[in-house]
Amino acid sequence: MSNPMTPGIAAARLPAETLAQNFADLHDPLDRHEARVAADRCYFCHDAPCVTACPTSIDIPLFIRQISTGTPEAAAKTIFDQNILGGMCARVCPTEDLCEQACVREAAEGKPVEIGRLQRYATDTLMAKQSHPYHRAPSTGKTVAVIGAGPAGLACAHRLAMHGHDVTIFDALPKPGGLNEFGIAAYKSTDDFAAREVDWLMGIGGITLQTGKALGRDLSLDGLADEYDAVFLGMGLGGVNALRTAGEDKDGVRDAVDFIAELRQASDLTSLPVGRDVVVIGGGMTAVDAAVQSKLLGAQNVTIAYRRSRDAMSASRYEQDLAASHGVRLLFNVQPVAIHGNEAVREVELEYTADTGAGLQGTGEMIRLPVDQLFKAIGQTLVTDAGLALDGRKIAVTGAGRTSRAGVWAGGDCASGGDDLTVTAVAEGRDAAMDIHAALTA
Amino acid sequence: MADLTTNFLGIKSPNPFWLASAPPTDKEYNVRRAFEAGWGGVVWKTLGSEGPPVVNVNGPRYGAIYGADRRLLGLNNIELITDRPLQTNLDEIKRVKADYPDRAMIVSIMVPCEEQAWKDILPRVQETGADGIELNFGCPHGMSERGMGAAVGQVPEYIEMVTRWCKQYYDKPVIVKLTPNITDIRKPAAAAMRGGADAVSLINTINSITSVNLDTMSPEPSIDGKGSHGGYCGPAVKPIALSMVSEIARHPDTHGLPISGIGGVTTWRDAAEYISLGCGNVQVCTAAMTYGFKIVQEMISGLSQWMDEKGYTSVEQVVGRAVPNVTDWQYLNLNYVAKAKISQDDCIKCGRCYAACEDTSHQAIAMSADRTFTVIDEECVACNLCVDVCPVENCITMEAMEPGQVDPRTGKVVQKDYANWTTHPNNPGAVAAE
Repeated sequence: MSNPMTPGIAAARLPAETLAQNFADLHDPLDRHEARVAADRCYFCHDAPCVTACPTSIDIPLFIRQISTGTPEAAAKTIFDQNILGGMCARVCPTEDLCEQACVREAAEGKPVEIGRLQRYATDTLMAKQSHPYHRAPSTGKTVAVIGAGPAGLACAHRLAMHGHDVTIFDALPKPGGLNEFGIAAYKSTDDFAAREVDWLMGIGGITLQTGKALGRDLSLDGLADEYDAVFLGMGLGGVNALRTAGEDKDGVRDAVDFIAELRQASDLTSLPVGRDVVVIGGGMTAVDAAVQSKLLGAQNVTIAYRRSRDAMSASRYEQDLAASHGVRLLFNVQPVAIHGNEAVREVELEYTADTGAGLQGTGEMIRLPVDQLFKAIGQTLVTDAGLALDGRKIAVTGAGRTSRAGVWAGGDCASGGDDLTVTAVAEGRDAAMDIHAALTA
Repeated sequence: MADLTTNFLGIKSPNPFWLASAPPTDKEYNVRRAFEAGWGGVVWKTLGSEGPPVVNVNGPRYGAIYGADRRLLGLNNIELITDRPLQTNLDEIKRVKADYPDRAMIVSIMVPCEEQAWKDILPRVQETGADGIELNFGCPHGMSERGMGAAVGQVPEYIEMVTRWCKQYYDKPVIVKLTPNITDIRKPAAAAMRGGADAVSLINTINSITSVNLDTMSPEPSIDGKGSHGGYCGPAVKPIALSMVSEIARHPDTHGLPISGIGGVTTWRDAAEYISLGCGNVQVCTAAMTYGFKIVQEMISGLSQWMDEKGYTSVEQVVGRAVPNVTDWQYLNLNYVAKAKISQDDCIKCGRCYAACEDTSHQAIAMSADRTFTVIDEECVACNLCVDVCPVENCITMEAMEPGQVDPRTGKVVQKDYANWTTHPNNPGAVAAE
């Protein structure tokens, strides 16, 4: 068996039990008593700031009050009415930047109501109890194609199915769930939650899933538009930005999203290789997820190298602290200029940067870090625009996800507007569904 | 540190905090530990007549209501008087009093409304060396069905009669404990006074059902599927008790009658409030039953600190200080005008003041797009609801307007003179101001 000091990229750096512990729930679920105590802290604010801060506008004071009166199932309904993926959002939402940041008790005491954990308590309670809480309206006979079985597509499909439309979801990958299944850190979605949530969501009925079908490869927008009454595009950003740094093709250089996906799908974490010296290039959630999980797999030294300052990092301060607390080194204002090594990467050469006011400039000062595994996490891109108008590098949408083509809607990470968050994708998918429903029943 | 020594009816105790007659004072073991913890006195749990002791239920005796964080606000009980043999209690009382001569030892008694019953028990109590007795005319459950407790306390003539017997057959102070389960507390207090009572203590517990079990459809506490009303106590009853105490303290017939205040005393502040409304001391039960005997330490340190800060050197100086300020509504100054003021520095923007005012009061709080909440003086009647619902203490205050200023709500100049309803032009029965 190898250990954290084993040179190169090696599997089983840590014993299986340690790995199991490392990848357990980041936050233990609240038990009934803890939930009641936490719920008691909510002030039931008027026009509550937490609701305003929630992209899906969940009525947070109401659901917390429902928990405090002993009806977590009703609380879950309040959540699911606005956000059918409320279970996953309770786990992955950057609540520290959203509802909990807005909580008046954060302002008052620097200690917000634990909204995320309470949401998980409510949704877990209902999902454990009830197969599916919603009923379909009578069939409308209308059909909708949804591209992508990620948060946007699932939210859209569920809402459409609820209104009686027949939905077919196409996904390029062999399993549904999108980033929930393949993209987020394992310790945020334990016990196969992403897959269980999709199964539960499909319980509404009226949704057919076809996997292994990608737009632009197996499907064309024209074909879909002909066959279905409406099309929703929620395929996310399947492409990965290149570093465009010399040596990027060396062994050991890899996209962070692939590493995370492999980890999420691994049935045996001891079989998953990781470097001794890992460097992650980037400053977002993907960078943090890759770095922390590398550390949890047993990498000895893990560094996140970000080209701008800490303030500009898109990973929240909470995520930065999470990384730091796991022993990940955060290096700011450095950009890669060269990746050295023979066949495999041995060192990464970084140049210090400074924001001169006229954009980010290299200072000419260099630093070299030993590295045997380098992850690129500098953003994802759209794989196909399907002939639609773009806004920047994303599909341009107006209103509730209307694209430049009539009868085609888009939402989630592939569409313009909004942060690239699960919860934002859910809101966009849901709202597009309501707009589609209005169009189909007009 | 202020001297908390009190002299109530000639009974000295190192502080005004006595444990009320209740489960905490049921036996020697508890009372010794209470005294060690610092309690100034105890009223021993009520003794009954010689003979087979009463029996208690063998299921739950208490029910409760809670505030946030399951903080106990109100407790209800269906326990009866002591269920131990009379002589056992008397022996224990005698031993404890002998070992703690500086502490107050009062014996609570409840025997049938017959002269002989009192004649029988009083000499035996006298023999213990206890400092006085308290007549339990208050328990609202169980004993009242047998013609004792509240059944006596609800009939002023019985109170007077029994009190007179006690004064006749017992040499030391007699305290009459009053039930709140009546319409006018002054009547039983006056009756006790006529009977020669040295003091009254109040309130005993209030008839109550704390909750209903919605699975079994039984009131709680439930005994094999059935529930009975019990006696309610704890912080939730304090406002009721304070009002009753003040009525006795300010009524000409009962003014000056020593009072031992009971009902939800949980902190030094509660005690100081009772004392300011005319109580010579306070009795505590629920707080001890919730937190243990140790809480008396906070009561002692808090009352002492407050007295030092205010310059009071004895508890006696505080007794009744607030009584002159208790009046009837008709004498309140209608020329006094206040307006709510929200401190923007302290506001945490929860908006509860807005919801309360907008939905249920006078629509006198404005909310801006950035959640700044401000009082609309033109609408504010100073009802205080915003102050009451605000989670941040002192964030919203009521500011008195100065005479000469114009009240933007009424357009009238605030008058400096006092004027009340009795002389108000809208009062059909108004009398001309003299």
